[in-house]
Amino acid sequence: MSIKQVSIFIENAAGRLAETTKFLADNRINLRALSIADSQDFGIVRIICENPEEAEQRLKEADFVTTITDVFAVELQDEAGSLSKVLFILAAAGVSVEYTYAFLSTKKEGSAYMIFRVNDNDAAIQALKDKGIAITSQKDIF
Amino acid sequence: MANYYQPEIECASEEQRKAMQDERLASQVKHVYENVEYYRKLMDEKGVKPEDVQTTADLYKLPFISKADLREAYPYGLLATPIEECVEIHSTSGTTGKRVVAFYTKEDVDLWHECCARAIVAAGGTKEDICQIAYGYGLFTGGAGLDGGSHKLGCLTLPMSSGNTERQIQFMQDLKSTILCCTPSYAAYIGETLRDMGLTPDDISLKAGIFGAEPWTEEMRKDIEKNLGIKAYDIYGLTESSGPGVAFECSAQKGMHINEDHFIAEIINPETGEVLSDGEKGELVFTSLTKKAFPLLRYRTRDICVLNREKCSCGRTFVRMTKPMGRSDDMMIIRGVNVFPSQIETVLLEQGYPPHYRIEVDRVNNSDTLDVYVELSSNMFSDTVKDIAKKEKDLAGAIKTMLGISPKVHLVPAKTIERSEGKAVRVVDKRKLHD
Ligand SMILES: [Zn+2]
Repeated sequence: MSIKQVSIFIENAAGRLAETTKFLADNRINLRALSIADSQDFGIVRIICENPEEAEQRLKEADFVTTITDVFAVELQDEAGSLSKVLFILAAAGVSVEYTYAFLSTKKEGSAYMIFRVNDNDAAIQALKDKGIAITSQKDIF
Repeated sequence: MANYYQPEIECASEEQRKAMQDERLASQVKHVYENVEYYRKLMDEKGVKPEDVQTTADLYKLPFISKADLREAYPYGLLATPIEECVEIHSTSGTTGKRVVAFYTKEDVDLWHECCARAIVAAGGTKEDICQIAYGYGLFTGGAGLDGGSHKLGCLTLPMSSGNTERQIQFMQDLKSTILCCTPSYAAYIGETLRDMGLTPDDISLKAGIFGAEPWTEEMRKDIEKNLGIKAYDIYGLTESSGPGVAFECSAQKGMHINEDHFIAEIINPETGEVLSDGEKGELVFTSLTKKAFPLLRYRTRDICVLNREKCSCGRTFVRMTKPMGRSDDMMIIRGVNVFPSQIETVLLEQGYPPHYRIEVDRVNNSDTLDVYVELSSNMFSDTVKDIAKKEKDLAGAIKTMLGISPKVHLVPAKTIERSEGKAVRVVDKRKLHD
């Protein structure tokens, strides 16, 4: 039930992010979500797209430093506390969250999803399923 | 197992060695002063007469000579014997400037080959061995030197020269050569080709290799040893002072023994010219004791290394030199410590990074800063900030262990550090802007 996220290592310099997103657009890489983490020197652009393997291949051919990481997504119910409920389940299962970010679906009007990158994907997915929380699959969002 | 070619010389006592060096030095200085106008002028300028140099303790009185002198005196300005006594020349490749040409009398060639024979014996060679010489032949000293050494020892010598790798392997299989002599990069390439041809070290009979003429790392040594099924030995030399065989590695593989009956080695501070003691790191300087046609006194090699006079387990008493750690031209002094880009490059290769880097030195609040920019490629990239920060920290720690000072490491995406034609501009010293 993992989703494959493509990460790109870029310099934290003016124009690098613009160049990267332009490359994605020029190559018709259809993005569903994009998030950026940065430090003083570098940035990591993380994207969820339709054909991650193909996107990674294109990026590598263009000399981008890139890798594919397994993440998972959960659809958030439109009610208070739904995010903290997920986080509590993960914490109780001993899973630590490296990072998380949100995106809105364009496929299913009005739905919000959270992407999670954790230290143990399988344990996290199992713990959430045990508590009746549905894990979003790649095809649910495209 | 002790393998010596000339044990009485290679294992001479300190007194014997000193007596031999003193006698040879005094007569060499006289020979050079009387026969080389260029040298006579340098010595006169310094106010040194041949009679002032009677023992090795007087060596410091002599002027240094450098590659610039060799270029200036090109082609015949440093020749110390009549041309009719010379039988051979060799020449540097000229990649770093004008060519240097060195001359040899028959006796010079003979003694040089003897030095190379010592190296082959130290690598376990005997007259029963079959030496495959895959160094280039011609102006380059590699082919001629090891070929001559192999003949001296009485080995069957295969004068392959470099290149045509499948033919090299064919000869290895058919003639069962036991010792390979070539550059380390070519040895690595032969190893890869062997594998690509679907062969293993069991399909050839090599037992040892003697590799030199370019810098190589311990990692390369391990790879070559594994891929060819041999023990790999280092050899050092420079065209200016004869060629390979100035120093050679023994079975202990803890530094290269310098042939001290033919060369006196000194280590100097490259900035001041001051002579340093054994164990200190500095520029290697050679004085040739026996060469007649092209004798160099106190020749600055630009190679940075350390001399070690501790007793070697092989029994040889010749002083040992470390593999050159860098070139004195590239030396930076950061927080009072001598730093060479090649040291940083060694750490990068050991840690699995590509050798593409940029070093920036600056001065902030009267203190030197060292920033090292290193390329990170996709195979080492994992997608959290924390992982990359850890990689930077680990690499900085490894560099600190090597240099003794802490750098700040910045990982940058692969292929973003500028490549330039020929030699890369790897060091940016911004301190000069403040002076
Ligand atoms: Zn030894």
